[in-house]
Order: sequence, then structure tokens, then C-alpha cells
Amino acid sequence: MLDNLAALRYGRRVPDTPAILYCRCAYAQVVPQDVKDAVLQKLCASGASFDTVSDLCEMAAHRDPRLKAIAACGKIRIAACYPRAVQGLFQQAGSPLPQVGVEILNMRTQSADEIAAALLSTEH
Amino acid sequence: MITHTHRPLRVVLYEGGGSIPLSAEARATVMAALLDKGYVVTRAAAGSNAMPHDDRSLVVLGVFPDRKAPALEDVTGTVSIEAHDITDLAPDAILSLVEKMRGEKPMNEPGKWKPWFPVIDYSRCTNCMQCLSFCLFDVYGVSADNKIQVQNNDNCKTNCPACSRVCPEVAIMFPKYQNGPINGDDVSSTDANREKMKIDISSLLGGDIYAALKDRSLAARSRFSKERSPDKALDERKKCLTKLVGDGFIPMDVLTSLPSVDEIMRKAEEAKAKAAAALAAQK
Repeated sequence: MLDNLAALRYGRRVPDTPAILYCRCAYAQVVPQDVKDAVLQKLCASGASFDTVSDLCEMAAHRDPRLKAIAACGKIRIAACYPRAVQGLFQQAGSPLPQVGVEILNMRTQSADEIAAALLSTEH
Repeated sequence: MITHTHRPLRVVLYEGGGSIPLSAEARATVMAALLDKGYVVTRAAAGSNAMPHDDRSLVVLGVFPDRKAPALEDVTGTVSIEAHDITDLAPDAILSLVEKMRGEKPMNEPGKWKPWFPVIDYSRCTNCMQCLSFCLFDVYGVSADNKIQVQNNDNCKTNCPACSRVCPEVAIMFPKYQNGPINGDDVSSTDANREKMKIDISSLLGGDIYAALKDRSLAARSRFSKERSPDKALDERKKCLTKLVGDGFIPMDVLTSLPSVDEIMRKAEEAKAKAAAALAAQK
């Protein structure tokens, strides 16, 4: 029972499968509501595990140590905003994202379909 | 000062072995409600990845057989884990449950503060220190190895992206800004031509613009105290600031909180000296 709670605690992960992170951008309405809602719905309709945060900017502002855990998890796909901004946020918080294995999807410019397809792609 | 410790819980929507998955719609509604309140939420499904945990309390929500959530304990004894059955609970009720579990612990919440601060794109930054010299609110500083860095982001004036406009390399971003390239959008060759975006720093740092604005601001304050009419004072300020605010590069609250001209000059000199020292150390 509760088989993957242990994985949650200790970071055991399915090898080579990218983690998925969704940023809600809840502290400011710069990401279109319909896009972020649709991306979340598509993630929820999938069988995937994923992590969500209320706002990456807010976390970076306070140098939240969770950013370090996110940056350290290896392959990751992030649904947030402009890649340049997301990378800058992690770097400024002292937890730079790795050079390889990170894919950032931009909910300010891309469609929900496009983003969900990339997040849930089985191609690693 | 808000700190990261003010996000005391990680909520896990558990849908792995030993639980009954929610409908996709219910899952999305619950997650959105929690996220919009400021929580970090993980959906844990069977056999797939979730990120490792830190030292925060873990709240595990799930639909469990017989409506009985299992008793859970962290084997290391460092993290408190509480599991709750959410069978038949509406999203509002689930949010209330989580809020109740959080209790009196403070938490950062959307709507109470806007994360507004500069983010430096170090792939573009040339460490020229222009931003350090420009900012009057001590947002920027110099690291031990003489690199420009954002040191006091709490000092940054919400909605003021002025420093990004004086950066000659378009290396300063404000992710919550509406337009590119300040919001982090790619920098085009047009953007890189800074002539149109540049501000005359000398006029801003104690020159005509600030002096005029300060005088007008003081006049407005004086009228406010004499007439005790918030509306009239506000109207006057609005008139004075219309042009610059209309230009869109300095928000009103920045202008109304400007220090005195003497203070501006002192800060400008200090920043200039700090920048010069850092630049000299680089050589």
C-alpha cells in the first residue's frame, strides 16, 4: 500500500523518465487563465505523476529550497513561462537548472495542446 | 519579510496503490483550488515519478477503501505525515481540510504580494554595473567575486522595470512584466538596439526629472495636509505623474516614494563608488 510515497520521500524515480512540473503563476495573472487551466486539466486527465507549484517567481524570490530539489531531479519538463526567465529564476535562487535534460514549455505563448503533448511525451 | 518557511505543507494527491483514483475533473478542480491558495501539490500516480521531498510536513489526500486513511510515519522521523480520506468531499471541503491542517502556521498566499524583482540573464550580462548605479532602492549589490547580483529583491518597487530599460545588454528581466523582452522573451536585434529604450540616467539621478517630480510630490503632500482631502492630493499627484506613468516606465508608487534630492545624490554617489570598485577589481 502507498507504494510510491517512499519514492516521494527519498526521491526514487523511474529511470530516464522526465519529471513534470507545472507552475500556476498564481501570484500574478500574466499566464492566460484558459491556457494554464487547460494544461492542468490535460495533466490531470493523464496517468502521470506530476508536481505543481503555486508560483516559481514567488519561490525564487524567497530562495525556496524546493527549487534545489527540482533542479537536482535530472530530466525535467516544466510548464511555466519564457525559458530565459525560468532559467534565470532558478539561477538567481542559487539552484541553476542543468544544461541538459530540461525542457521548458511557455504557457504565455504556446497552446495548451502543444504544451500537454510535450509534457506527456513518451520520447525521452 | 516573507520566507520560504511560510509554505509549511506539501500536499500529495495520492492515487497510487491502495487508493481509488479521482475523476480527472475532480482532480483538476482540487489541484487548482489548492494552487490558487498558494500550496505546493503533487499528484502521485501508480508507477510514475514524483519529485523528492524536503523537510516540510506532508499532507496525503486520497480516496481510500472503507474511507480509512492509513496511519503513516516517516521512517527517519524527520517529516510529519498526515493522511486523510477525501471520499465524497467537494473541492471546497478539501481546501478547508488542508487549511485546517495548516492551522495557524503562516503561509505565503497569492493576492497579498506580487513577486516583482529583477532577474539577471547572466548569459547576456557584461557586469557593467549600470543597474547598480541606476537603482535608488539598493536592489543590486556586488558578490564577493565582484559580480553584479540582485541582493535585496524586497526593495524593488512593484511594477517598476526601469533598470531593465537602462541595461545596455537587455540582460534584466521581470518575469511578471507583460511585454518582451523584459518578461524574458527572446531578445531581438531591435531590442538590442537600446537607443529607443534608454533613459537619460543623469536626468533621473538627481536631475530635472526627479527634482521636478519631488517638488510636485511635496506640493501635493502639502495640499493634502492643509486641505485634508485625499481626493485632491491624489488628483494632483496623478496630474504631475501622468506623463511618466503614461510612458509606462515608472509606476506611480515609485515616484511617490522617492527619497529627497540630497538622498538621491548620496545614493547615486555610493552606487557609483561601489560599481567603480567592483569594475576596478575585475581588471
